[in-house]
Amino acid sequence: MSEVLAPGGPQAAHIAQLWWLMLAICAFVFIAVTLALGCAVLRARRATSETAPESPSTSGEKRVGLWVKAAAALSMLLLVILLGASVMTDRALARLPLDDALVVHVTANQWWWDVVYEDAQPDREFRTANELYLPTGRPVIVKLDARDVIHSFWIPSLTGKKDLLPGRTTTIQFRADKAGEYRAPCAEFCGLQHAFMTLDVVALAPASFDAWADAHRAPAATPSDPMELRGRELFVSGSCMLCHAILGTSANARSGPDLTHVASRAHLASVLPNTPVALAAWITDPQVAKPGANMPAHFLADADMRALLAYLGTLR
Amino acid sequence: MTTRREATPASVPAVRIGNALDVSELPTYGFSHRSLMWWGTAGMIAIEGVAFAFMIVVYFYLRAISDTWPAAGGAPGLLWGTINLVIILASSIPNFYTDRAAIDHDLPKVRRGLVICAIFGLVLCAVRTLEFTTLNVRWDDSAYGSTVWMLLGLHTFNLVTDVLDTLVLTALMYKGPLEGKRFVDVAENAGYWEFVVLSWIPLYAVLYFGARF
Amino acid sequence: MSTDLEALRDGGGWDSVVAPLLDRTWRDKPGFIAWLCTVDHKAIGRRFVFTAALFFFAAGVMGGLMRHQLAEPDNSLLGPDFYNQLFTMHGTTMMFLFAVPMMQGMSVYLIPLMVGTRNTAFPRMAACSYWIYLFGGLTLFIAFAFNTGADAGWFAYVPLAGPQYGIGRRADFWNMLVNFTEATGLMVAVDIATVILKMRAPGMSLQRMPLFVWASLVTSIMIIFAMPTVMFGANLVQMDRSAGTHFFNPAEGGDVLLWQHLFWFFGHPEVYFIFIPGLGFVSEIIPTFARRPMFGYDAVVLSMIATGFLSFGLWVHHMFATNLPELGKSFFTAMSFMIAIPTAVQMFCWIATLWTGRLNLRSPLLFVLGGFIVLLIGGLTGVMVGSVPLDLQVHDTYFVVAHLHYVLIGGALFPLMAAFYYWFPKVTGRLMNERIARWQFALFFIGVNATFFPMHELGLNGMPRRIYTYAVETGWGTLNMAATIGAFIVDLSMLMFVIDAVRSFLRGQRAGANPWGASTLEWSTSSPPPPFNFIALPVVSSRDPVWSRNEGAPTHVSGLQTSTREGLVTTVLDAIPDVRYEYPAPTIWPLVAAAFIILWLVWSIFSLQGALWGMIPPAIAFIAWFWPRRDETAQGAAVEKRP
Repeated sequence: MSEVLAPGGPQAAHIAQLWWLMLAICAFVFIAVTLALGCAVLRARRATSETAPESPSTSGEKRVGLWVKAAAALSMLLLVILLGASVMTDRALARLPLDDALVVHVTANQWWWDVVYEDAQPDREFRTANELYLPTGRPVIVKLDARDVIHSFWIPSLTGKKDLLPGRTTTIQFRADKAGEYRAPCAEFCGLQHAFMTLDVVALAPASFDAWADAHRAPAATPSDPMELRGRELFVSGSCMLCHAILGTSANARSGPDLTHVASRAHLASVLPNTPVALAAWITDPQVAKPGANMPAHFLADADMRALLAYLGTLR
Repeated sequence: MTTRREATPASVPAVRIGNALDVSELPTYGFSHRSLMWWGTAGMIAIEGVAFAFMIVVYFYLRAISDTWPAAGGAPGLLWGTINLVIILASSIPNFYTDRAAIDHDLPKVRRGLVICAIFGLVLCAVRTLEFTTLNVRWDDSAYGSTVWMLLGLHTFNLVTDVLDTLVLTALMYKGPLEGKRFVDVAENAGYWEFVVLSWIPLYAVLYFGARF
Repeated sequence: MSTDLEALRDGGGWDSVVAPLLDRTWRDKPGFIAWLCTVDHKAIGRRFVFTAALFFFAAGVMGGLMRHQLAEPDNSLLGPDFYNQLFTMHGTTMMFLFAVPMMQGMSVYLIPLMVGTRNTAFPRMAACSYWIYLFGGLTLFIAFAFNTGADAGWFAYVPLAGPQYGIGRRADFWNMLVNFTEATGLMVAVDIATVILKMRAPGMSLQRMPLFVWASLVTSIMIIFAMPTVMFGANLVQMDRSAGTHFFNPAEGGDVLLWQHLFWFFGHPEVYFIFIPGLGFVSEIIPTFARRPMFGYDAVVLSMIATGFLSFGLWVHHMFATNLPELGKSFFTAMSFMIAIPTAVQMFCWIATLWTGRLNLRSPLLFVLGGFIVLLIGGLTGVMVGSVPLDLQVHDTYFVVAHLHYVLIGGALFPLMAAFYYWFPKVTGRLMNERIARWQFALFFIGVNATFFPMHELGLNGMPRRIYTYAVETGWGTLNMAATIGAFIVDLSMLMFVIDAVRSFLRGQRAGANPWGASTLEWSTSSPPPPFNFIALPVVSSRDPVWSRNEGAPTHVSGLQTSTREGLVTTVLDAIPDVRYEYPAPTIWPLVAAAFIILWLVWSIFSLQGALWGMIPPAIAFIAWFWPRRDETAQGAAVEKRP
């Protein structure tokens, strides 16, 4: 399962093609040079430390010299071919058609991804965290920002990587043609939990993507169940609201991931499966699963935890 | 022996005696590229030159990505910097005089020259402190401020260490113990001083005029 | 050949009058203080090599711990904080405290012997550079022992290593380590470049210099132009951290990419400081074991120079994933491809030499051949990562980890081991065990490939670098386990090597002056060489002085003092005797100055006042170092001859 070599879109496909060409040429060179070395060693007459050293004949040197020059010339030719292929791949990558592109603004934080889906109409913009859903067949322009240190955005099966640099906004363009789930690990060392800063990428057929987007545009519904209400109360009046936002409540802080639709995510904090048990453990002490995470521990009474989990479970 | 034409003829040729090349008549020291110290000093100049070059690169790099250059406060004041530029260029004169005196092995002239060079150096250090006060920006105000202070600071470090070298050398040439090789040290110090002088010219230009254009 | 050896000695025979006189003048006095004061390049070179080897094993242990942690998914052997320190210390130690000092140490030992002189040009500076290296490296490890090990990667990108996110003193110690190691590197580079240019044996024109000497010269000049950049940059970061400057703070006009430019402008040539001496070793060993001079000497020299020069134009290939202009990046792809050509030319010349020679398949040659294969793979993956689009996939993944280890191990470590087996008899007077060497070679070759080849696939499977663990769903477990087993095999081979080295040192078969029948000047003196290297400095009239010389040409230098440490300075191009030179005597001041420099820079981590006042003790030490002694001056004045 070489992700790089199982492209799900044109950018990764161009690069995979280049890889196969390079591999073929490099393998050829490796075999040729190793054969030459092997022949040189196997066919040479043997000597000891006492064997008198020889000054080789001029004609012999000239003949060998022709081989060396030919090998050098062939190496140069192969390098020029590879340079051409590399430049052509670069151009192909830059020529991705961008009509009707979806624009997403990703901000990298230690150690989570903030994802905002932009729209021409500002009231249709919405936010999520640690996941990136995409429509197949439609180009995506991702604007990249870093809030703290340097991170890197990389979806191996869809595109090469681009660093997110504090102080600069960069962009990356790609398209997913094959529906499916893709991993996007952070690809620049960013501190303690660089290992667990993966973006879950999901490519859906356009209709399914629109349905997902509509659902995510909607604010969190007010729960009717008393336990769920209690959970919401704990959230907005406790310390949760100091960092997290839930659209439709008074919680609107941005220093932690947006939780409006947290129950629909596959993973929690890129390190845990999204199950109530895992969520409870996470809230109690994030340091167990993700030592160094910026979220503090919260030791809640059982009843409170159940209520909170019940509420969070409604946030689909 | 090689029969190639020599780029630099030897000072005193070695003498062929049987199978050997006899070098007992060769001098025990030499000036300029004949001395190892010259090459060591050249290495030092190359190293510091690279550091200065990168300082200038950093200045223009940060200027290129910046909207406001200089930061509030304006460009550094020209008065003390220009005075120091004149003094440092003038210091080449006693420096050259001392260098010549050293090659001539003229101890009284060397002593006088070194004292004058030392005085020039101390004056330069004094004026340099005034330069720092008229930079019109603090090092922790902005990247511009940091760059300006670093530029001046790097050269100041060189200046101060060479003035210290000169003072030590002056003391040695008065106090002893002395032998002919010490004149080579004087000549090398003079050569390094020229580097301190000449390197100041582009640094001055960048520091004082980089924000005026 | 024995006739040549005797002809190079003044007076003929070791018991001549001259040898005891030279011995009395040059041998270090007994005792610990005298041992600390030595300015003998052979002692200093051995110390560099030994200390670098210790750092290598320490970094190897760190690598082993990392491999243990990564052998299985979701492993909890090591937590993220310790793991981050480990990989940073592994890289920092290998690059700054092992690879460059090791190569420089080999140069310090070998170059004066190879060029036919008695010591390097600035022996006290060489001594000082060793103490700075030792004390500086120890400082970093002491910090590590106190949970203050550097943890932002061996390249310490800002802002992670900056004032806001690089908490504690970890990055401060890293910045100071850069100061220490680069100061050492620069001092040795100036020393080596000067001895090569100005102190070669008469008759050793530039075109007659051994290829390792050329490699050392090219490397030294590169160092002089590249190392100041990282020192400069690290000090800018240190000032951001402790003095409130804003060089790298985007909020106040600074830029995070500036550090990357400054670091990699040094960082790319840095790998060539390690690789080019390796090329030099190979170019010495192949002719000896092929019983013929190197094919294409001129091409090999020009290739080394071209490699050194071109290496300054590649640095942006470490930054392809940033938002630098695309056209600019393509230029660096072209340059990165171009540098493959001089390396290829050297490899073809090696093959040509082997093809037309008569081969003595001893351990040094085995390691050269094994290294050749590993280097070839590394060089080819280097072309791959040099391409912008391909690099955008494999950058910062285990594919690059594979590439860098293949080139460093193939291009530096294998040649280094070959060099050890080759020169061990010269340094110690004893041979290493040939049979153990073959086993060790086999284990090492298999282990290296087993460890690092799977990493190519891991990178293509999406495994990023610098992660302390990974989920089982990634499927990376099998290949990681394979790599860890390979690492274990490498450890075994290293253990064999150490045991063999110690045993051979104590009880190995005695070696004569020239056990391999080699052609360069170090083989014309005893094993180990006497403190004064040669009874009479040789005069050379060919490129392979032990193999041949011109009939009627002089064979040695006469007329140098035996009662003082006198040597010879020659001209740059044709090595004509020019000036006699008195080497400095042993002294404690280089050690004292080095200790004060370390204290100054460590103090400045904790206090800006320290940065200022801490300069005073080293300044005093340097003055004391420079100030001439009365007795030495009187002696010098008595025999002085003015130019």
